[in-house]
Amino acid sequence: MNVLVLMKMVPDIVEELEIGADGRSLDLDAVRPIVSERDDHALEQALLLKERNAATVTVLALEAPEVDEVLFTALAKGADRAVKVTGLEPAPATAAAAAVLAAVLPKVPNLMPVDLVLAGCQAIDDLDGVLAPSLAERLGIPYLGIVTGVTVEAAGGGDTASVLKEFAGGTRGRYTVCLPAVLGVQAAEKPPRYVPVAKVRAAMKARTLEEIPAGDGGAAPLVEVTAMTKPEAAGKAEMLEGDPGAVAAKLVEILAARGLA
Amino acid sequence: MSLTMPVPAAGPTLTLDNLLDSPGGRELQTCIQCGICAGTCPYGDAMDYPPRRIIGMLRAGLAEEVLASDSLLFCVTCYSCMAKCPRGLRLTEVLLPLVKEQVFGRLPEVPAELQKALENTHRYGNPLGESPRKRSAWTAGSPVPVRVLATDSRPVDVLWFTECYTAYHPRGQDTCRATAKLFGALGVDFAILGHEEKCAGECARLAGETGLFEALTDANLKVLGKYEYARLVTSGAHAYDAFTHEYRALGLDQPVEHTTGFFAKRLERLKPLLTRKLGVTVTYHDSCALGRHNGMYDEPRALLAAIPGVKLVEMAHNRVNATCCGGGGGGMWLDTFFKARGQERLADRRVKEAVATGADVLAVSCPYEVSRFEDSLKVLGYEKRMVVRDVTELLAEALGAPEAA
Repeated sequence: MNVLVLMKMVPDIVEELEIGADGRSLDLDAVRPIVSERDDHALEQALLLKERNAATVTVLALEAPEVDEVLFTALAKGADRAVKVTGLEPAPATAAAAAVLAAVLPKVPNLMPVDLVLAGCQAIDDLDGVLAPSLAERLGIPYLGIVTGVTVEAAGGGDTASVLKEFAGGTRGRYTVCLPAVLGVQAAEKPPRYVPVAKVRAAMKARTLEEIPAGDGGAAPLVEVTAMTKPEAAGKAEMLEGDPGAVAAKLVEILAARGLA
Repeated sequence: MSLTMPVPAAGPTLTLDNLLDSPGGRELQTCIQCGICAGTCPYGDAMDYPPRRIIGMLRAGLAEEVLASDSLLFCVTCYSCMAKCPRGLRLTEVLLPLVKEQVFGRLPEVPAELQKALENTHRYGNPLGESPRKRSAWTAGSPVPVRVLATDSRPVDVLWFTECYTAYHPRGQDTCRATAKLFGALGVDFAILGHEEKCAGECARLAGETGLFEALTDANLKVLGKYEYARLVTSGAHAYDAFTHEYRALGLDQPVEHTTGFFAKRLERLKPLLTRKLGVTVTYHDSCALGRHNGMYDEPRALLAAIPGVKLVEMAHNRVNATCCGGGGGGMWLDTFFKARGQERLADRRVKEAVATGADVLAVSCPYEVSRFEDSLKVLGYEKRMVVRDVTELLAEALGAPEAA
């Protein structure tokens, strides 16, 4: 079984987000990129499938600052191959990224066809969760999102997967999904594993990242960001100070002025 | 077997495989199997393989059985076994880190809170997961100006390595402000590394994450090498331990002092400035790293005794017999793991002993202990009977207002 995991970098919100000079994008000098949390869960789910089904796991990401360490970390955790799609700076927006991926995947040597494509069901810059279903549409295969578990029974011939999908209020549904399919992972069956730093460093020395040019498979963005702003304070609290009697009198005055007393 | 602690002087890297053939290992072979190590270990009864049994198993060639048990996570590296060993074996310095590294590498799952702390330390340089840029944010409330070397790199007398919990934890920041006030009162020329400073890494090393420790020592030594300073002073007891024993072997040349030792050395000048009477009874908890590992028992007590209106009382277990707060060797992030195994938190055990002295204040000198003991006091319902204060906080309080200094 071949499992492809898509990973991407998002702004790390441990730092304050700042608006860039163009007024419609983030100031990327003010933030550090971090791997999207749900993509890390997608990788964990793939590694669990590798352990249970002897799957071959390939991780693939679009070129971005600090993405190399993320790919080497995935190799250190147990992924078999890591592929970086190069020549895309700046990284395309979500729908365009899906188009790039759909065009580039067939060009990756010995990759397609894959049985499962796992990606995070959302990212902090893709709250609508558009990437995975857009890719599924372009690849012409099924999609299921908000996934919290994947089982592939070898006895079933390996052409279907039993997939858990979460709904509101803790309800879960179990689906049988025909493979190949794209799954948007909300959470792996267990938290992403730890990999010791020494193993990541060893992977950086001993392993290589495969590189594939993006070519001109990109599509124009379907939506354009026209302006980005920080939250604005809509009003402010007025603090009443003084002794309780004076505060009470002031309060009555304010309420009366608004017709409330 | 992989990365391990470097052996001082030129020699092959010490690993578990060649341990028993190394000079330190040949020494371990002289273990008389008396079991005092297990008896003195605060979690000895929770461990499948306390030091005595580890040595026995290694001698018998049964190392793998030892390494498959995760119960060595109960080792909070308190140096108790090493301090009590009648053969003087370097158990906590040599044996336990090597075994723990192997145990850590074999864990099917790293306990969640420890994993998060290690990941945070790797990514942000602090286990709390705070922004590296905010490492000097506490200086905004400092009673004296604090120079950050990245913006003003002139040579300095004291390079003050604040460490993580001191720089970020709200109560740790109180310690930072107190220390800055004391430096100011003594007219010390000091500066901090600010956002360039990363966790010294001692707890990562002793949790078994030696690769992370190497990454941190690389980064810190590189930054320390950029600046000219006469001495390195740190608020972290574990950082002091790491600088003294590990960074030293990796090329750190400058003298290293813990804030407690630094102020104790300058007590004659500090004493006349301690004018405000505190009127409290204080009991002092010996940090394992400062006490048992570095023999720093008298310095904090001398400082406390110099504060007007402080009555010092001792807990039943003090100095070399002090019981650990449970925060070392990764224990800071293993409370849930310990509890899941049905074990009492060591901080709870220690706080009960502190309360039994009748003291008003539990004085500490390690940044982990403030939050650990305050938490235990609350959990056990003692928060109205006792408060936790860093020794530097009590000293700063006795200084009175900053302008009086």
